[in-house]
Amino acid sequence: MSAFNAIGEEREIDRDEFTPGIEPQPTWCPGCGDFGVLKALKQALPEVGKTPEEVLTVTGIGCSGKLNSYLDTYGFHTIHGRSLPVARAAKLANTDLEVIAAGGDGDGYGIGGNHFIHSARENHDMTYIVFNNEIFGLTKGQTSPTSPKGHKSKTQPSGSAKTPLRPLSLSLNAGASYIARTAAVNPNQAKEIIKEAIEHDGFAHIDFLTQCPTWNKDARQYVPYIDVQESDDYDFDVTDRREAAEMMHETEDVLNEGTVLTGRYYVDDDRPSYQQEKAAVGEMPDEPLAERYFDDDAEWERSYDLLERHT
Amino acid sequence: MSSDELIWRIAGGSGDGIDSTSQNFAKALMRSGLDVFTHRHYPSRIRGGHTYVEIRAADHEVQSRGDGYNFLLALGDSFARNPQEEAYYGNEEIKPLSENLDDLREGGIIVYDEGLIGEEDVADIDLEARAEENNWHVFPMDLRGLAREHGREVMRNTAGVGVTAALLEMDLDHIEDLMSDAMGGDVLESNLEILHEAYDTVAEEYDFDHDLRAPEGSHETEQALLSGSNAIAYGAIDAGCRFIAGYPMTPWTDVFTILSQNFPDMGGVSEQVEDEIAAAALAVGASHAGAKAMSGSSGGGFALMSEPLGLAEMTETPIVLVESMRAGPSTGMPTKPEQGDLEFVLYTSQGDSSRVVFAPGNIEEAYDQTRLAFKIAWDYQIPTIIIYDQKLSGENTNVDVEFFDREPEPDLGSTMTEEELREAAHDASGKFKRFNYDDAEKGVSPRSLPGQQGGRFLATGNEHSPVGHISEDPDNRVFQMDRRLEKLDHIREELTEEHASNQTTFGDETAEYGIITWGSSQGAVAEAVERLNGNGYAVKGLSVSDMMPFPEAEVTDFLESVDEAMVVEMNATAQFRGLIQKELGRFGDKMTSLLKYNGNPFEPAEIVEGYEVNLEGEDRQPSAQVRIEPAAGD
Repeated sequence: MSAFNAIGEEREIDRDEFTPGIEPQPTWCPGCGDFGVLKALKQALPEVGKTPEEVLTVTGIGCSGKLNSYLDTYGFHTIHGRSLPVARAAKLANTDLEVIAAGGDGDGYGIGGNHFIHSARENHDMTYIVFNNEIFGLTKGQTSPTSPKGHKSKTQPSGSAKTPLRPLSLSLNAGASYIARTAAVNPNQAKEIIKEAIEHDGFAHIDFLTQCPTWNKDARQYVPYIDVQESDDYDFDVTDRREAAEMMHETEDVLNEGTVLTGRYYVDDDRPSYQQEKAAVGEMPDEPLAERYFDDDAEWERSYDLLERHT
Repeated sequence: MSSDELIWRIAGGSGDGIDSTSQNFAKALMRSGLDVFTHRHYPSRIRGGHTYVEIRAADHEVQSRGDGYNFLLALGDSFARNPQEEAYYGNEEIKPLSENLDDLREGGIIVYDEGLIGEEDVADIDLEARAEENNWHVFPMDLRGLAREHGREVMRNTAGVGVTAALLEMDLDHIEDLMSDAMGGDVLESNLEILHEAYDTVAEEYDFDHDLRAPEGSHETEQALLSGSNAIAYGAIDAGCRFIAGYPMTPWTDVFTILSQNFPDMGGVSEQVEDEIAAAALAVGASHAGAKAMSGSSGGGFALMSEPLGLAEMTETPIVLVESMRAGPSTGMPTKPEQGDLEFVLYTSQGDSSRVVFAPGNIEEAYDQTRLAFKIAWDYQIPTIIIYDQKLSGENTNVDVEFFDREPEPDLGSTMTEEELREAAHDASGKFKRFNYDDAEKGVSPRSLPGQQGGRFLATGNEHSPVGHISEDPDNRVFQMDRRLEKLDHIREELTEEHASNQTTFGDETAEYGIITWGSSQGAVAEAVERLNGNGYAVKGLSVSDMMPFPEAEVTDFLESVDEAMVVEMNATAQFRGLIQKELGRFGDKMTSLLKYNGNPFEPAEIVEGYEVNLEGEDRQPSAQVRIEPAAGD
């Protein structure tokens, strides 16, 4: 019998199961886009048949980092920028877990930028949601890596001299095999994209546009969005790397001018996940590593048997 | 006739195969029944530059590199011929000979490779005169030419070993066996030819007037030759560790490499990642999900790990970190040992943070304490750190094979099964009270793993409620903080009661003079104490391996029993002495320090001299590159 019976449990799952029964109430500001991510996740998880106890949500620091305080799954609220290394190791240790990492644009693209690049490169089988509100919210409104050039804040009072980072293009170049952008103001699309990301075998990166009504009032995320899959103006093949790259450029060129394009930008279902690649070269156990500790019949190798080479 | 001990030094350029040759020769000496101890000295370069390995072999226990050496095999630096290298470093071909002469004992033997080291160069360093003065026996041999004739130039190492064996009147059996294990076909054949020709040439053509011969000894049990890094890796394997994440950095890379090479066959997972923050964070993530995980680095990389270290402590996620010290600050001296990161490892990370720190002093301790580090980490849900250094990492010593004949301990300590979780406390919403303080024992509240039925909770690096929600409630804060800190008291108790052997004492129990040390300096101190007692002094020694929690009672007893104590450690700021004073709050006026921080480990003679200078109250520093720091008062 498995030591992890919550994993793969098949039953009707009510979305309310993902809401903590008692405290805490979200501390997000009224109108915060983070509510949109929470709602979309609560809808998506039961629809893909996941029980709260087989899901591990790993978050970083910032308003976004509190996601798993309000979403009742197994959770790990880590430290600034480090959600991804924690999340991907959890997946390696127990490949049966559904691992979802989340964080903000400062957390994920700034302090955690290096981890983002390498997690995408390795194509770990997990979902990564970046709450992108183009601002540091919890630390009270400093310029973030995605804030537009010229953005004024207490730490860049004359306006930022930096060109904003382009998360979609970065993600594609780094090697993510599923890349989408959605927005809190677009709940139906958000839910569908999260479902796809969870079901995707590989690193699924969602740049999730979330408005910050308190610190980023100028942000243009309230403007109507255009779903690139729904619009005839944007016909491209999401499985074609070059076409996807071109579309991402188009989007990222105009984002700060008030045009918001959302949808799937790149989907590569053929590329094996990191776990599969690692298994192919013989460096992943056949069964989830964590299971073995509960298996009374497991044979544990001894260092004594390695000593021959030292005698 | 055999000699008391052989200290054989093979010198050449990095990349010339010095390391593998010496490994094999050390093993051959061990197989012939001797106890061996190796010491590696190498520059932070891939090819070329002065490097040597010393093998000390005797018919009795050897615990350190010893003092000086008595046989030099100088191969020349083949990579020094690169003109570009010469522009940077000068002509280094001669260095394997010239750089090593200072430490060669009187009556010692020199074999040098005439094929690489020119006659003029030898004249320049006045070898003849120095040899006469020190009664050295010099044997120039064209090792390169001999190797070239039968195989390839690189096999001059083999020729050197053949010459050594002949001059020491050793049998070639063990050497031949080891070569057959390591190679085959034409390569083996060529090497054997070279070995024999070198041996025969010496035996036939030279009259020996030197006294040095290979010592003779025998072992009652089978021996294995291995390094501190081997021992740590093997301890981890036997503790059930099957997940390692790291970033390469000397000398930590040794442990990382050994486990990475063994894990695929053992169902383990090894990850080389983007940086050390990630490495330690991976260990945390894997442990959280139910694997026994470790990571590690050397000082510079460990600096990056302070974040995940604190996270492990706050979320009570067990992990083991290895810190293999090298000389600092900053990048310091990458290939040279120092015991300079003690305070860093003890106090890294923010807040009233605590962890368990072990500092093994030899191969057996490295194995034992690694197992212990995993046990304590998983029983108490606290990060544990094994701190050691480049010296213990790379030196090889023979150990009884039987020592390792022990059962694995893969259990996850304070982790619950689903059956146990059903009985555990939950809050009204059904969340598991993972961080409960009401029924915690010894500060530990048992944990669940993601995917377990009924174990749902939130782990967070913020202060948190029993189910893991962020909480700034003052009462909860005090309860949680006290509970976490309480663990150290119980760990100290457990270590004292069950593992007092972590601290090693030696010498004359009744002595009123004590020498205290920690970590890898243990061997040299133990030998020095033995020698001092042999010289008519009364001295006893204490080597401490538990750094945190500190073994208060044992160190207090030791210090109370002596009038004076000398604290020996490889750093410039007397960090361990500072720790003793901080932990015990007294004895400041009893302790002086003997410090060495030039990149080379202590030799026993330096400690003997330090003792004599200190005891006699002479107003001078010892002659070696060693410093005495007087008592500071309380």
